[in-house]
Formats: sequence, structure tokens, C-alpha cells
Amino acid sequence: MPDLSIDFCGIKAPNPFWLASAPPANSEYQVRRAFDAGWGGVVWKTLGSEPVVNVSSRYGGLDYDGRKLVGLNNIELITDRTLEVNLKEIASVKKAYPKHALIVSLMVESNREAWHEIVKRAQDTGADGFELNFGCPHGMSERGMGAAVGQVPEYACMITEWVKEASRIPVIVKLTPNVGDVTVVGRAAVRGGADGLSLINTINSIIGVDLDTFAPKPAVRGLGSHGGYCGPAVKPIALNMVSALACDPAITVPISGIGGIQAWQDAVEFLLLGSTSVQVCTAVMHYGFRIVEQLTSGLENWMREKKFEKLTDFIGKSVPRIKHWGDLDLNYKVVAEIDQSKCINCGLCYIACEDGAHQSIHWDKVSEPEYLAGVHSAQPRHSGGLQVVTGSGGGNVNKFTIKQDTCVGCNMCSLVCPVTNCITMKEIDTGKPPMSWKQYQELLAAGKVEKIQPPQHV
Amino acid sequence: MPLAGERYSLEVLTHRFADLPPALAPDEALADATRCLYCFDAPCTRACPTHIDVPKFIRQIMHKNELGAAKTILESNIFGGSCARACPTEVLCEGACVDNTLLQSPVQIGRLQRFATDNATARKANFFEAGPPTGKRVAIIGAGPAGLTCAHELRKKGHAVVVFEARDILGGLNTLGIAAYKISTEFALTEVELVTRIGVEVRTSQRIDGVGVVKLLAEFDAVFLGVGLGKTLPLGIEGEGLPGVWESLDFIFQTHTKPYSECEIGQRVLVIGGGNTAIDVATAAARLGAEEVTMAYRRGELAMPAFAYEVGLAKEDGIRLEFFAQPKRIVAGADGRAAGVEFVRTTQDAGAGRTGKLVPIPGSEFVLAADMVVKALGQEPLLDLLRSLPGLKLDGTKVGTDSATGATSVPGLFAGGDCVFGGAEIVDAVQGGKTAAMGIHQLLATDGPR
Repeated sequence: MPDLSIDFCGIKAPNPFWLASAPPANSEYQVRRAFDAGWGGVVWKTLGSEPVVNVSSRYGGLDYDGRKLVGLNNIELITDRTLEVNLKEIASVKKAYPKHALIVSLMVESNREAWHEIVKRAQDTGADGFELNFGCPHGMSERGMGAAVGQVPEYACMITEWVKEASRIPVIVKLTPNVGDVTVVGRAAVRGGADGLSLINTINSIIGVDLDTFAPKPAVRGLGSHGGYCGPAVKPIALNMVSALACDPAITVPISGIGGIQAWQDAVEFLLLGSTSVQVCTAVMHYGFRIVEQLTSGLENWMREKKFEKLTDFIGKSVPRIKHWGDLDLNYKVVAEIDQSKCINCGLCYIACEDGAHQSIHWDKVSEPEYLAGVHSAQPRHSGGLQVVTGSGGGNVNKFTIKQDTCVGCNMCSLVCPVTNCITMKEIDTGKPPMSWKQYQELLAAGKVEKIQPPQHV
Repeated sequence: MPLAGERYSLEVLTHRFADLPPALAPDEALADATRCLYCFDAPCTRACPTHIDVPKFIRQIMHKNELGAAKTILESNIFGGSCARACPTEVLCEGACVDNTLLQSPVQIGRLQRFATDNATARKANFFEAGPPTGKRVAIIGAGPAGLTCAHELRKKGHAVVVFEARDILGGLNTLGIAAYKISTEFALTEVELVTRIGVEVRTSQRIDGVGVVKLLAEFDAVFLGVGLGKTLPLGIEGEGLPGVWESLDFIFQTHTKPYSECEIGQRVLVIGGGNTAIDVATAAARLGAEEVTMAYRRGELAMPAFAYEVGLAKEDGIRLEFFAQPKRIVAGADGRAAGVEFVRTTQDAGAGRTGKLVPIPGSEFVLAADMVVKALGQEPLLDLLRSLPGLKLDGTKVGTDSATGATSVPGLFAGGDCVFGGAEIVDAVQGGKTAAMGIHQLLATDGPR
């Protein structure tokens, strides 16, 4: 049985799946239910010195071609409950669930006294660690907190130092993605004494506009503001930033990966790119705490298949593969190949290549008799004396083949094809040795290689 | 009686008995799984008698975790593979599916369940282990779905079980009594092995009578009765004993115990009855090569106990449906074998359903020719056995049980499946086995050592 337990800078949890600091982690009622459902840890919704006042409505959604919520946007703030109530509930939950990780997220005004005060009160609850919210991109940043701190490395370092002066428990710093280079603030937080880093917080966004009222979404009496974007759509941005920290030799503290996790594969990607724990919010808000069973089931079955016994067997395994673009081999060549026995003749690869890529797919019209005599998956059906062949119209079936002599191997066709493993990329032996861009520049300057010619297109 | 092999080769027959519906290909499964809305407290789960967490396993299929999906299914229903093939989903999970109210067709839950369980079988996945031994022993009478499920659940709790089966083959009607194009013999036996590999001792060719049950009650800490039902109910008419008159179960049994080419099949087959077993007989007869197959039912189409999907299958196979026809006598031919059935037309008040008073119309007699007549009127209870058990209270002709524990009026004796419900579905038998296993476990947990 694979072991899913983790040790995150001294914070232990039975599995790496934590609730992120957000509405699902707002109250004792919810957190108990989350732990009972199987979550390994929770980061409590950010505490402040005073409760905030929130607006209605607060969330906007991005649907994509009929699927709900590929992205979610919020203009909600930190906790709207008093510090007293929150602290009492945190202590109560921690006592009832000693083996689960309970981390408290904090955000107060940028002065030493305010931070010391809240740290001392909050750690008396028995919580396992703190997460410093340097990332809320709306509402708090205008008051000099949240992202206003996360975007200025000196502030991030300074406040982390203040917290470390007062805290007995590990301190995780949560980073905002609304920066040019996340490693700059990451290093600053580590210099300030951060025991761990978590990212990403939400991304500055406006999720849409109502075409009838002309108001932005969400609207508060007809007006809106930018908000924080999250959900499945942001995962690639988060993966990039997590890997940037993991690749940085100056950053050696554990990372908690956040951003659009909803299926078990998403979590594994974060772990492979250097995360030790992962945090989830949007998927829980969409479907409920019950999704954790599928996350753990999928992770366990994958670990068994790959023969990994514990998470540290593969955490960070893909980090060494992330290089600079200039290190990639210019002489590595692949071309696309269509498996005609699987092809359903939809033509999506053709138009993607013809209009948007390198015009390297050949389009033939094949007559029905010739099509049925060859390799195909469709069988003719008969009805009312007429013959119907799937994929045929006007007596012809479209056949698509790759022009492998002009195909540049961009693999766009393989991405749009709806049939699994119908289009695959095949490696071609160029007969040339590996040569990165950096090496190419050196060899060109030394006159040892010819200039690479542009690809042949139309 | 001619053999099917005289008309069609074994290869052709095997093709005619091919899986219906066929298995889903991986991309088909993914496409259908994405339609599931992932409802909370889903109607499909509530409609399933074994309460399989349907949205969960469908989402696991969507996330390409087929093993996880199979485990989710088998945790609630160890016969999930058979149920995927044979359940009347249109009155259970798929009938309840909320996709219907969004004006789409229901998610194909049955086919997705088969996709997941087939995947696990192909990968020889093993999900369950026996619990730490408790020292208690339970006797299970009957290796059908009720008995085997009860055995599996008890093993998970660590109790030892011994299954006594009257036949020499395991699985009961799950192996022998379902249309072969729904559940092949081969698949049924694979599933039996899936259940017994947790460590179930099985003794075949052991018919237990009333005296035997009492002995088992003394030797074991508890006994589960999963004996099902008996022979097909008799018609009670002249000519019933003629050669060429078959019981429905014997007819279906032959498709499971012999190669198709060696199955006996008439040229003109007449099936008497309007339930799902009658449909299974008729569709099997059509596949074996009967030139004409007719189902005769004494009431109208709307009163048929057969599910609408099943009636649709029969119509697609070209089976003739004769309604309001009550059999009067079976007519013998010159060779002394059955040559047809004389019917009288009936009438009943419109809208009176299956319980309305049927009135034969005098002078309306007619004969349908047939060289094979199959009785499919349902099965009679095993009253001789049940009445021989001292202290056993019956509910009519069914074993009386506490619905929460499966306990009968005899201390230590529990029951489930068809002997309790009358002829019901595989999934009902599974749930009966689970309920009784919980009841037995509670009893054994509170009992001291013997």
C-alpha cells in the first residue's frame, strides 16, 4: 500500500492534499467535514485583526463550450468572522484532529506590533504552522497588505522576519503570481526566514462583461472591480512558477503547490515539479469535499503502477528536465503520423495545420467504394434502401495524410485530434548530432556549421 | 428435437450470441463519462439497490482511474460486473439519471460500469482481503449471487465461511439462468472466482434438506439461506407432460452448459409467459435458429411484467407477440409430441393492469402450431424445503425476514435473495446477501465463543 504521508518543514500530514486558505476553510463546521472526508490538511481562511465586510455578489465564472467553470474569479476578502471566534474554532479542531495539518493564514497591517500580536494569539491554538498571505490581489492590496507586500521583495522579507521573531511554529509564505519573476520574492521570503513557500495565489483578472447590462462580472449594483482568478485554467501558470522556485538553487525550502487542481493527475504534476504538498480550493467549491477520495485513489493507483512506495520517491523528479530554451536540441526532429485505422475523418487536424501552422497535411477526397475497400472503422448501414457510411457526405470521405517532408513537428494536429493515439509524433533520425541553440551560436561563429535553412511551406 | 448446429455452425451461433449491448471502447467511455453531472446525493445511487456511488466511479473513469472506478463499484456490489450487463437500468439508475431532465439521454451507467469492471478483471486486480480471523464460522446454503455476496462480506469481516451448493457449478441463476448474450457462462464463472478468491470454502453437489439445515445450525455460528426458487410454475393444463414441452430454466440452462450447436431448438417455438425470463427464452430461441418464435401472454402489452427495454429486444429479433391468449391445452401431434397450443381469447377491463379480472371469451378458441413449447410463468417457491424447517415463519410462500438484518424467525438462520423476494434481479439478491451479512456479523460480534 503506497504511503501518502508527508513532512512539510516539520508539519506532518497523512496525505499531501490540503484545503487552500479560502471559503471552504472558513469555519470549524467545514474543516471538520473536510478532515472526515479525507483531506490531509487545511490552511484556515486568512485571519485579520478585524473581520472584513464583503460585497454581494462575489464570484464570476468562466465556462468553456458548455463545460462549467474552467475558471473562477472572486472579489471576496479575508475572513469576515472575528478573531476570537476563529481562534476558538481552530483550537477546537486541532484538539479533535491531532494528526491532520492545520495551518493558519494571516494578514494584518504592515507593522511589527500587529504581526507579533496576531502570531502570539494564533499559535496558542496549537496550530501546526502559519501561512503569510502576501498575495490577495484585490481589496486588501489597496490597503498596503496582501499582494502589495508580495510584489515588493523588501516588504516580503521584512514581514517574514517579524513573524519569525515571534513564531514558535513553521512559517510558510504564500506568493502572488502578479509579478514578473516569482523567484525574486521567493528568495526574499527565504532570506527573511521562511520555512516553506506556497504558490500561487490568485491572478489579477476580469472574468467577463455582461452583454446586456454592460456591467463587468461579478457586478455590485452595476459596478465591478478586478478580482482573483483561479480554477483549472490557471494550472499551467502555477506549474511554471512552482518549477521556477524548484529550479532555483537559492531556494531549498519545501513548496506547497496551488492552482487549478481538480483531478489526481494535476496533483502529481505539481509533485513532480517540486511540490511537497498541494492545496485545492476551486474544485472543492465546485464539487464539495468528496473529491478528495478520487484524488487519493488516483494517486495511489498511479504510485502502484510506477512502483513508488512513498511520495519522496518522485517529488521533484521532473525538475531536472526543465531547462532554458537555449539548451534544447535543435537537431531533434519529430513528424506527425496519422493512424488511418483510428481516424474518424473529422478534418480538425487539417484546418488547424492549414490555417494555423505549416500547411503539411494532405487532404484527399476518397470515393465511398474505395474507402470501404481500404482500412476504415466505419461500417455501412442500410435504411429505406439507402446506404449510409459514417464520415461520408456527397459520396466522398475526406482522407488526411501528413506531408512528412514539410511537417515541422509542431504537434498541433495531435492536440486537436479527438481520438486518443490517432495522431502520434514519430522521431526522425536526421543523422546530425545534438546541438542546442547556445552551441549553434558558438559553432556558427567558429564557421563549423552552415546556417539552418527556413522550413519549406506552401 | 433438432439441434441448433444442424442449421448454423458453432462460429455463426457464437456470433449470434455476441454481447448485447457491446462493450464501450475507451474513447466512447470517456465521452459518455463527461456527460455525468456529478450530482450530490445522486438519484442514480439512491435508485441502485446496492447504492453504488455512481457519480464517483464515473468521475474516476473520466479521470482515467479505471481501477479506482472498479473498486468503488465492487465495494458496494461484488457482482457489479454481472449487474452492469443484466440490470434493468432504465428502471433503476439510468431511469433516475438527471441528464434526462436536461433533455438528453441518460448517462450509460450500465455500460460504464462494465467498462470499469472489465478493465479491473483484465488487469487481474484484487481489491479485497479477508479480515483478521474472528474464529466464527458461517454456513451459506446456495452459491448464487445472494449466498456468494453474503460469503464475501463475511470474509471481509474475518469470519470463516463454507458454501454448500446443490449443483456442480457455482453462481446459481447468474451463471445458468440469464440470456447468454447478456452474461456469458465464461464471464459468470470469472466473477465467481473473483468472489471466492478472498478465501471461501465451497462444497458442490451438496443438496441440503431440512434436516441438513438443522445440523448446520448446530455446527456453525450462523447459517444463511440463499436457496432461491424452484422449478417453473406449472400451467396445470392437459398435455403439459408431452415431449417437446420445456421449462424455461431448462431451456436457458442448455445454452450455458452445452455448446450452442448442441442445444435443442424447435422450428416453431412458442413461449408461454410475459416476463423477462420469457423474453430471455424467446430471444435465445431466435438466436439458436428457430424459424418462428412467438410469445403468448394472457393479458395485454401494458400489463407485461417484462421491462420495456426487453420487449424492445424481442421485437427487434422479430419475435411475434400474441396478447390476451390464455392456454387451454397442449395439442399432441401424430408422433405423440407437442404440435401446438390451443388458446382462448381473454378480455379484461381496460386499465385493470396485472391484477384485473381476466374473462375468457367463449367460442374464441384458436390453435398456434409449435414443435417446441416453453413454459415461462415464473418459478415456484421451494415450499417442501421451507416447510420442513422447524420454526421458520413464511411470508406467504417466501421466507419471512427482518428487512434490516435478514434474520428469520429461527435463531441463527438468516436469508436473502429470491427465496425472500420472489423472483427479482441479481442486484436485489446482492443487497439481500449484504444485509444478512451485516445482521450475521452483528450477531456474532455480540455472541460469546461457542
